Amino acid sequence: MASSSTTSPSFDPRMLKEPPPLPGSPGSWRRYFSFNTDAKVIGIQYIAVALLFLLVGGLLAMIMRGELITPPADLVDPTVYNGLYTMHGTVMLFLFLFPVLNGFNNLLIPPMIGAPDMAFPRLNALAFWLFPVFGVILMASFLVPGGPSGSGWWAYPPLSTQNPLGHALNGQLLWILAVAVSGVSSIMGAVNFCTTIIRMRAPGMGWFKMPIFCWTALAAQLIQLMGLPVLTAGAVMLLFDLSFGTSFFKPEGGGDPMLYQHFFWFYSHPAVYVMALPIFGVFSELFPVYARKPLFGYKVVAIASFAITVLSLIVWVHHMFYSGTPQWMRNVFMVTTMLIAVPTGIKVFAWIATLWRGSIRLSTPMLFCLAGLFNFIFAGITGVMLATVPVDIHVGNTYFVVGHFHYVIFNMITFGVFAAIYHWFPKFTGRMYYEGLGKLHFILTFIGSTLNFLPMHWAGLMGMPRRVASYDPEFASANVLASLGAFLLGVATIPFLLNIVSSWVRGPKAPPNPWNAIGLEWLLPSPPPAENFEEDVPTVISGPYGYGLGRPLVEDQERFERRALQT
Amino acid sequence: MTRTGRRQSSAGPSLVLVAAGLGLDALASWTMAQQSYHWLPVQASTAAPYVDNLFALETGIGTFILVGCSAVIAWTLLFNRAPKYDLDDGDPIEGNLSLEIIWTLVPLLVVLAIAWHTIGINRTLATLGGKQRLATAAPTATASAPMATGSLPIATGTLPIATGLLPISPDNTEIGPIQVIARQWSWEFIYPSGVRSSELHLPVDRPIHFRLISMDVLHGFYIPAFRLKQDLIPGSVIDYRLTPSRQGRYRLRDSMFSGGYFATNQTDVVVESGADFAAWLAAAERAPLRPSFNAANDLWQQRLAKGNRGWATVPPAPPPEVNVSLDPQNTHEA
Repeated sequence: MASSSTTSPSFDPRMLKEPPPLPGSPGSWRRYFSFNTDAKVIGIQYIAVALLFLLVGGLLAMIMRGELITPPADLVDPTVYNGLYTMHGTVMLFLFLFPVLNGFNNLLIPPMIGAPDMAFPRLNALAFWLFPVFGVILMASFLVPGGPSGSGWWAYPPLSTQNPLGHALNGQLLWILAVAVSGVSSIMGAVNFCTTIIRMRAPGMGWFKMPIFCWTALAAQLIQLMGLPVLTAGAVMLLFDLSFGTSFFKPEGGGDPMLYQHFFWFYSHPAVYVMALPIFGVFSELFPVYARKPLFGYKVVAIASFAITVLSLIVWVHHMFYSGTPQWMRNVFMVTTMLIAVPTGIKVFAWIATLWRGSIRLSTPMLFCLAGLFNFIFAGITGVMLATVPVDIHVGNTYFVVGHFHYVIFNMITFGVFAAIYHWFPKFTGRMYYEGLGKLHFILTFIGSTLNFLPMHWAGLMGMPRRVASYDPEFASANVLASLGAFLLGVATIPFLLNIVSSWVRGPKAPPNPWNAIGLEWLLPSPPPAENFEEDVPTVISGPYGYGLGRPLVEDQERFERRALQT
Repeated sequence: MTRTGRRQSSAGPSLVLVAAGLGLDALASWTMAQQSYHWLPVQASTAAPYVDNLFALETGIGTFILVGCSAVIAWTLLFNRAPKYDLDDGDPIEGNLSLEIIWTLVPLLVVLAIAWHTIGINRTLATLGGKQRLATAAPTATASAPMATGSLPIATGTLPIATGLLPISPDNTEIGPIQVIARQWSWEFIYPSGVRSSELHLPVDRPIHFRLISMDVLHGFYIPAFRLKQDLIPGSVIDYRLTPSRQGRYRLRDSMFSGGYFATNQTDVVVESGADFAAWLAAAERAPLRPSFNAANDLWQQRLAKGNRGWATVPPAPPPEVNVSLDPQNTHEA
């Protein structure tokens, strides 16, 4: 609130006097390979590297599905399967989803709030460059004797501290190091995003004039600040147990393996919301644009983000209902988990109401949003089922859970990531993407993901445990469908990559506001200059999403629109 | 779809249409709830009907929400699409306080009602007894030796006897404790008489008392037909109770990832009549101890024969010495 109703910029103008950080002109590609402090360069760096790791994680998934297309373990050795699924999960979470969302935070937050850059540009660049470092550490674990970690992305002890070969350098050690460095990088990012959103908003942009994406980014990054230290502490203790003979989690030394599960899930359940919240933000930004209507119940949607943040920190024991958790604790955490359905329900109903009597345009980003919304309603329902203790005791640790969380992190979150990439592609590359290839990508992705993840629920209900390299023949039909879906998802990346690369190289030039959208970022040229509005930051006079209301967003709106066109 | 005067004629669906839609939605939800019983294995324990009824209830409510929301989305896609080259905005509706209060309160009440109902079921099921720390310093070192006498170094007298509120047959005396010992990667069951088996035999309709013990890492004691699952935690002994309710051969699967040959760590549960169970136990007592069939060991020997390629794993524990071994030729019902 501090910055509202003043005309002076809410950031330290000295930062503008830094020499432009890029070694070349804005057209230079070399800056993307350098220690660049421009948030827009860092954002694209994050997204590009994250998409590379999406391909790596997807390749691992396709080998896994190749193994699982028949009941016996016949394609790879079971130990290799264990390593593949561990790395698939780790790569997708720590090397794809977190970084790609940090990329969007970097690209979107400063222009959306009218700031020239992040609050701490050097810290920002450092946080990014840790990403290739822990990426290389994790990939290097394929090369050490004994292969990568094969204890699952939870790395539950005592399994994770068994170290079968007894080498000091082993896959599990590299896994823990990578996760710990990733945690440090994410904390650096979180400090930066929170500070930027709290301190650097444009004049006039009070909390309730801020775009929902910034609300959700703040809500998510606060979870990072509160939860990551706990995970990192757990990881350090695990590393000491593995490498230095301590026994925090070893029963024979007086430790308790259950303690690790609390450390792990205290962060790793909220981590789902770190990934989901920004996508709730994306949905809240995109539905108004493509339905040409104000976001229904903006204030309630904004506040619901923080309700999710608070609740997300008190639900973690629902991952441990069958781990010897006493009945009273199961009941408490069942209730808190179910309560999350309320703020998420508010958002879902608000998005649907936003569509109601709109003027809907089914472009590629809108298609991904609509399908993501549908998948999220489905995932929310299976989520409430999983929160219910007796149902969880049956389907917990089965393919039902695998189906459920892939519906969340692929069919909702990754759909949102694709929607965001298409929607803001013209803004940050200055080029339009090809709509036909985008729609092809959407159709293949929707069919592939439904085929892949829907039958998993059935396999889990029938009692197929997760993480198995082989299974009883009665689960074969569900697994064949899932494998076909996975291969189709592999095919779906072809039109996507083709579209992104060819559009960036030779797509039609993008105007400043191709979607006729409302928001500070759309008052900038495409691509925006290095420091966005520089010292001439517009004064925000009304809330976001004023579609159909005929009110200007900022003072002198025409001047900013003209300026964007001239550059 | 091709209405040109979109703005004027969008009076919205009539009340009749909404009522008919809600009726259809309710019918679909009821059908799905009935259908949901077929997605689950046979019910072979007294806990299973409770789980299945709860799942059917949630399937019904979930279907109602999913179909309802999808119908509204589909409606907007059919009737609120912008014609080509139409750059108009939609109706500038910014919110509706009473609608927002309704869709906050109704889900809140629904989840609280489900939670309240479930807490009652939890009390009825009450499968979980106490969790005792294993007093021995290194459980892996002692292997199964102390189990042979059937007396673990823990205070048995202090265990809470959770009879629960489940309907039980006239002869409700508890069977057990049956020691369930999990290793990487085998199951071993030791009966009070000292009989050892790698296949679990249980009499139908009798409450069974298990003591769950892991010798190495976390394992999960999961019988899908029973709808029950409990982790085995190294360093702890966990008391666990259930009542099988249907005769048959079911699958017991390790549900908590335990490394290398985790997927093979499965065995059969045979639920039989009291007389058959007594006969099996008597025959088993006379049978000599011999190494059990063990899929993990077979795979490990194959791997060693092929030059020990693959990624790191601890070698499987030696197959347990049992009176009755699991037979991989048997087929299970669920």
